Amino acid sequence: MNWLIAILQTTLFVALAPLLAGWLKVCKCYLQNRQPPSLLQPYRDLLKLTNKQPVVSEQASWLFIKAPYIIFSATILASTVVPLIAVDLPTSASADVIVMVGFFAFARFFLALAGLDVGTAFGGMGSSREMTISSLAEPAMLMAIFTLTMNASTTNLSLAISHVLEQGLVLRPSFVFALFALILVAVAETGRIPVDNPTTHLELTMIHEAMILEYSGRHLALIEWASQLKLMLYGVLCANIFFPWGIAQTFSLHDLGVGLLAIIGKLMVLSIILGISETLVAKMRLFRVQEYLGFAYLLGLLGMLSHIILEASR
Amino acid sequence: MILLLAYCAVLFSFASGLLALLSNQQQLLLALQHRFLKTPSAFIDHCLDEHHYPNFLRQVVFIALGLSGVFAILAGLSVLISNTVVTDQIGLGLPWLPWHIRFDALSGFFFLIIGIAVGAVSLYGPGYVHHYKEKDHPFAVLGLFTGLFVTGMLLVLLADDAFMFMIAWELMSVASYFLVAFQHENSANRRAAFLYLLMAEVGALAIILAFGVLASFSDGFTFDALRHAQLSSTWASIAFGLAVLGFGMKAGIVPIHVWLPEAHPVAPSHISALMSGVMLKVAIYGLIRFSFDLLDKIQWQWGVVLLIIGTVSALGGILYAMMQPNLKRLLAYSSVENIGIIFMVLGLAMIFLDNGHPELAALGFLAALFHAFNHALFKNLLFLGAGMIHQQTHELNIDMLGGLIKKMPQTSMVFLVGCMSISSLPLFNGFVSEWLAFQTALQVDVLDNGVLRSLIPVSAAALALTSALAAACFVKVFGLTFLGVPRSRHSEKAHEVKDKGMIAATTLLAGMCFLVGIFPSVIISLINRVTGQLLNQTLANNNGLSWLWLAPVAPEQASYSPPLVLIGALIAGCVCYWYLRRDPAKAIRIGETWDCGFGGLTPRMQYTSSAFTMPFRRIFAKAWIIDEQVNKDFQGAMDQDVAAVHYALRIQDHSWPWVYQPLERGVNNLSKQVGRIQTGNIRTYLGYSFVTLLVLLWVIS
Repeated sequence: MNWLIAILQTTLFVALAPLLAGWLKVCKCYLQNRQPPSLLQPYRDLLKLTNKQPVVSEQASWLFIKAPYIIFSATILASTVVPLIAVDLPTSASADVIVMVGFFAFARFFLALAGLDVGTAFGGMGSSREMTISSLAEPAMLMAIFTLTMNASTTNLSLAISHVLEQGLVLRPSFVFALFALILVAVAETGRIPVDNPTTHLELTMIHEAMILEYSGRHLALIEWASQLKLMLYGVLCANIFFPWGIAQTFSLHDLGVGLLAIIGKLMVLSIILGISETLVAKMRLFRVQEYLGFAYLLGLLGMLSHIILEASR
Repeated sequence: MILLLAYCAVLFSFASGLLALLSNQQQLLLALQHRFLKTPSAFIDHCLDEHHYPNFLRQVVFIALGLSGVFAILAGLSVLISNTVVTDQIGLGLPWLPWHIRFDALSGFFFLIIGIAVGAVSLYGPGYVHHYKEKDHPFAVLGLFTGLFVTGMLLVLLADDAFMFMIAWELMSVASYFLVAFQHENSANRRAAFLYLLMAEVGALAIILAFGVLASFSDGFTFDALRHAQLSSTWASIAFGLAVLGFGMKAGIVPIHVWLPEAHPVAPSHISALMSGVMLKVAIYGLIRFSFDLLDKIQWQWGVVLLIIGTVSALGGILYAMMQPNLKRLLAYSSVENIGIIFMVLGLAMIFLDNGHPELAALGFLAALFHAFNHALFKNLLFLGAGMIHQQTHELNIDMLGGLIKKMPQTSMVFLVGCMSISSLPLFNGFVSEWLAFQTALQVDVLDNGVLRSLIPVSAAALALTSALAAACFVKVFGLTFLGVPRSRHSEKAHEVKDKGMIAATTLLAGMCFLVGIFPSVIISLINRVTGQLLNQTLANNNGLSWLWLAPVAPEQASYSPPLVLIGALIAGCVCYWYLRRDPAKAIRIGETWDCGFGGLTPRMQYTSSAFTMPFRRIFAKAWIIDEQVNKDFQGAMDQDVAAVHYALRIQDHSWPWVYQPLERGVNNLSKQVGRIQTGNIRTYLGYSFVTLLVLLWVIS
């Protein structure tokens, strides 16, 4: 039963990720006075791409062809760790939050390699930039997460969220710092404005897009889907760690339904905020990104120190 | 029985060295055969045949070395499993101090590491040394010193008195000096070897002094006597400081790491693998033996020292590694990083131990030893892989490689596994030890000291940065070496390695990286015995070490199940592959690479090593001394057209101008001062003799 719900939750994750991307697009369109596409447009795009025959460069090796599957699988594995509608699922015990960060690193490793595989300048450029940004973002993210895990004295996400639920609504300075750090990292890691622009068409400013320039057809679909899933994962992390209320603690149908509605509501609000910030803020120059991520890192560190100095049990 | 296995390991490695000496003695062997064998056997004749003899001897030498490895593994495993301590004495050494031998779980664990590495190297060796010309690079030298080097390392682990320890240590250092200097026709290699010898001897001096401090408070040089030395905490700290200096110099911590990136790349690849994978571990062994075993009480301040040194080494190592275009230098710097991680976690263990949390100390200790084990596996693998690349392309500069994944599919596969392990990606072994390190650091809540409570999270953050940078670094390594389009003629003409032994050795190591990543509990439960013997404390949650689960502290605090994750990964991979499976004939269309419609993509348009790391160079600019020069050649009317652009990048270590050059100047100045008394004038010397005589007379009277 537990395993069934875990599988169901992962399926929900995978299935809902394009919807979130669609909703975000709709929000941004309204904010920028444009006609929004249908909410289901990302699904149509994915379907269209899966049915197209991919064109692969003659220089590509097996790694280029296998990488999308590896990237997608690793992102799915990361999603099994994160509680979406219910806590206490068996999958969250098999891997903790450090492993989740490891899965992201896994996906990124292959994405960057795939960018280098064809041997064009764009691929190398994208890989180099992506690895730079991620190697600065990963420690900031771990700092933010460690603040939470030290609070709950566990690295198991599900148990940590239960811990926050039990504590009730307590305003902790460490959580505020960690939340902001995590949001900054999430924006950087999912390639949103101001770090990267997912809709850019100018190769020189691309980061994520430059790496996947050579992909087409179903390979591109998988990578796009994986990045939508990653966006959703970060959204759920921000939402469920810091505002876990509504998540199901028992596996009754009612609770699970409430959990689903709660997370949909939270993500809708979060994407409106993201949409507003993307509308207001312009993209940064590449070499401002380290200041941005350094700030995120500092926030994470401050969060951890304020936990240790102000809030620890002794 | 256990000891016999260990002795066999030592003897076989020694024998392999001696056998190598026979490489030029073919005539002698023939004469011996005619003298003693009445009926010449066809087999021996065949072996001693002029064409077969060198090949045959190489096989024999490496088989002996391999047997030594196998016996080392057996000895290590048997002492770990039986959980005993065996002691013995051998009538070698000083008249009043025979060699004391002690074989316990700690030595056993390092025997295991050496055994695996030596086993892999002996499989790899025959194919690799095959291309050395006997005239320039005699096999006798290589084989002899390899054998002595391994013997030295094994004896260090067995030693139970300071005297034997130092003899074995010196055997290891000096033998490896000859191996570093093996290709001595290049002046750079000679310089590297000299630097290595110099630093090894300075380090050895520090170790001798450290033993001396202990010995002056006890009544003998046996480790047993040293264990019972009653030291004041100041003297204990001095001894510890000397030991960190001495062992750290061998292990290669920043800033005394400079010999490492010089010496490791110039040795033959299988020797670099042994030096980087194993010899550094022997230094770690020395430090653990000295501080956790011989010094009776650990002080947490030492832990802080190790933590800080380790953090600096880890970050410095990986940042320097990232900037290296030479593959083996890069790997050597990455060893500095990994040694730094081991030091960090050992420091954590010390801090927890002195603050009264032995179960957490056991966790940290375990993480350190496990990382040492993992590093031995993947660093060996990567160095051997680098040797294969070098053999096939005659090139180690990764800016000149590329596209090897198609030319050398098997090599690329094992190298990929090595890169993934060292970047600590889940499912591979590097990740598990890093996970354990993070788990140790996250237990900081139990400490009372406010400084420690804020220091440890900061170092955990540095560890996170290190591992992220390592991933970037090894994406660069694999991406530029194996992927893309070949950047030079050499890499375009490369072929897969033919020798089965070389492939087998690297495949074996790659398989172990993966298996240990999936079933880490097997190794961890072995290390748990070591902690049990050394710290009298095993993990808090021994039940958390089943084959399926890894929950070192408590299942509700943290758990990781690599097999379940693997199953999940397989399911996820299969589902999406199955969903997207298409008719293979129409599955993929092969086309040209997108060139923005301009055409004419050349290999030189690809990103190079310095291009890939440019953002890092800009962000962490303070970490290196960067000398970047762009020169343009102009031509045409008014010198307006740029004919060619020359780009030169030199990146230097900060430790040279900050540590070594002042030191060098100091030594030079001092010797100049001393030189003043050498006037070369006979009257002055007579005056010296006269004054000396007077002083002596005065002393006597």
